[in-house]
Amino acid sequence: MALPLAKQFALMVPELFLLGMICAILVIDVFLKNSQRNVTYWLSQFSLLITGILVLTMNPGERITGFDGAFVSDPFSVLLKLFVVGITIAVFVYSRPYMRDRELFRGEYFVLGLAGVLGMMVLISAHSLLTIYLGLELMSLALYAMVAFQRDSGRASEAAMKYFVLGALASGLLLYGMSILYGLTGSLDITRIAINLAHSPHPEVAVGLAVVFIVSGVAFKLGAVPFHMWIPDVYEGAPTSVTLYMGSVTKIAAFAMVIRLLAEALPSAHIHWGGMLELLIVLSLAVGNVIAIAQTSIKRMLAYSTISHVGFVFMGVFAGTDAGYAAATYYVLVYALMSAGAFGMIALLSRKGFEAENIEDFKGLNQRSPWLAFMMLLIMFSMAGIPPTVGFYAKLVVLQAVVQVDQPWLALYAVIMSVIGAFYYLRVVKFMYFDKVEEVVPVRLKLDAGILMSFNGLALLALGMFPSVLMVYCTAAAGGL
Amino acid sequence: MSYLQFVFYFFSALTILSALGMITVKNPVHAVLFLVFAFFNSAALWITLRAEFLGIVLVLVYVGAVMVLFLFVVMMLDINIAKLREGFVRFLPLGVIVALAMVVELGLILGAKYFQLAGHPQNQSMLPNTEALGNVLYTQYVYPFEIAAVVLLVAIIAAIALTLRRRPDSKYTKPEQQIAIERNQRVRIVKMSAEGKSK
Repeated sequence: MALPLAKQFALMVPELFLLGMICAILVIDVFLKNSQRNVTYWLSQFSLLITGILVLTMNPGERITGFDGAFVSDPFSVLLKLFVVGITIAVFVYSRPYMRDRELFRGEYFVLGLAGVLGMMVLISAHSLLTIYLGLELMSLALYAMVAFQRDSGRASEAAMKYFVLGALASGLLLYGMSILYGLTGSLDITRIAINLAHSPHPEVAVGLAVVFIVSGVAFKLGAVPFHMWIPDVYEGAPTSVTLYMGSVTKIAAFAMVIRLLAEALPSAHIHWGGMLELLIVLSLAVGNVIAIAQTSIKRMLAYSTISHVGFVFMGVFAGTDAGYAAATYYVLVYALMSAGAFGMIALLSRKGFEAENIEDFKGLNQRSPWLAFMMLLIMFSMAGIPPTVGFYAKLVVLQAVVQVDQPWLALYAVIMSVIGAFYYLRVVKFMYFDKVEEVVPVRLKLDAGILMSFNGLALLALGMFPSVLMVYCTAAAGGL
Repeated sequence: MSYLQFVFYFFSALTILSALGMITVKNPVHAVLFLVFAFFNSAALWITLRAEFLGIVLVLVYVGAVMVLFLFVVMMLDINIAKLREGFVRFLPLGVIVALAMVVELGLILGAKYFQLAGHPQNQSMLPNTEALGNVLYTQYVYPFEIAAVVLLVAIIAAIALTLRRRPDSKYTKPEQQIAIERNQRVRIVKMSAEGKSK
């Protein structure tokens, strides 16, 4: 067996750099005083920035696999990695004041956050069942610890426990499906699995059995109904800065796993997973949008909104065409951007001893800070899918893809559900603009967080005006799968 | 009976006997030691199957690490055997049913066509399997192997981040402060005038 060539290591320079920086930060952080914790913060931001630049410069521009098929670099992985790295930078900026106010501003938060990003990058570039599983576990392990980070909070411990137990269960389901798939095809490599499965002499029902477990596993990780139970509790219980992290970037990585497993490894089993996804979509859209109406906590409301957005992402995958995969990619990237903005806003409006976690806390935001209120308006409009924000276009391309595969009823159903969902997004807008508060507490905002939030909100508007800027890359990514 | 068969029956018999001993002895420490012996004999069985790597790992990991920890825990716990044995008769029917179900399942599996000895591929390679594993572990599988290492690193960081903490209410001594203590922190000299003789 030959050693991997240097050429193959060159493919994963961003990951290697990030791993090196994680180890360096881990050591440097030990020698810092509590007042110097900013050094860790800036080092983490620096490593993310350089990792992003490396992803861009090391981009081979085509599909190349390395390490005997364990690693793949294609336009899809480059696009998703860039978004993961970029949004994580924003997440760290939003969470810095929040963490500092709660005495959670410790080096481990950033080290675990970076390790999670490494896991996501491994997952996005995974091309064998082995690396998919390892990347997923690396990401999840960092997340479990981050949710439990606020050790004196009972709610956070409860959320971490639930997340850990259910996450382990989901990994178990996924592994079970993978082992059956390995038994059927005799390979861990995704391309070879797809080829072997197409000429498989095994009964259809055996393939179906593997697909059931794999779909359940990924639905658990993404939080589609009926595997959604953990999402509201974990989102609410975790510190907002962690919710912000797990609500935005991890969805991108989990989506990459769905594409690698369903679209790349199991295209011949579309008859099996198509129907399963359809069920997940119908349930997710209904439960997500209807139950969100009854929520008073904005974190829970956004958790249910996540569930409904996952339904939309699955719709693009369900279509099973290149246009569908491109639409789903577009949707998940836009969703990560919106979710980072929405949870980031909660983190920014919280201050020492006060959590802005109820929808009521957004009352009269227009009086307190008109600019932030406008940004929140853009985010809410985008989530609801109101033009000219990008949320509208994202929903449109997904619906288009579904109509193209002759499923107009599913598209119609999704539209009706989004109209129901628009109610609770608009309610937040109503609270911000039309409700008055007695005492106006001015919002104190750090300059970096303010600039980034403005960029985040305006990006949603700009992408809505010029959707093709991003769509071109998504189409190329889906075409290169 | 060939020599290999003799070895197989010898170690199988010892495995079964030590497993029986493990569940019947009264002393929990003896039970753990019987379990260690059972693992040891299973390792020998692996080696007769030309899977020497699994045999060595079984001894190193289970006997060397897991069972030693287990022994520590068992020694530290104060287990009341009499209480554990209560209800043996009450749970016997349930136990018998579970045992029977398992026997039937094992019979079904062993009787199935995929599990017959004829269909079982022999290890044809002349390479010892430790060497064969070593050949692919750092070449073909170097990437997953290194990620597994990173997963372990993150697990260590997470465990330490979640458990290492200073509790203000816990009472522990700080030796560095204890030895740096000065005389006037321990002894207070109170000047007072002498009292008169009591009557």
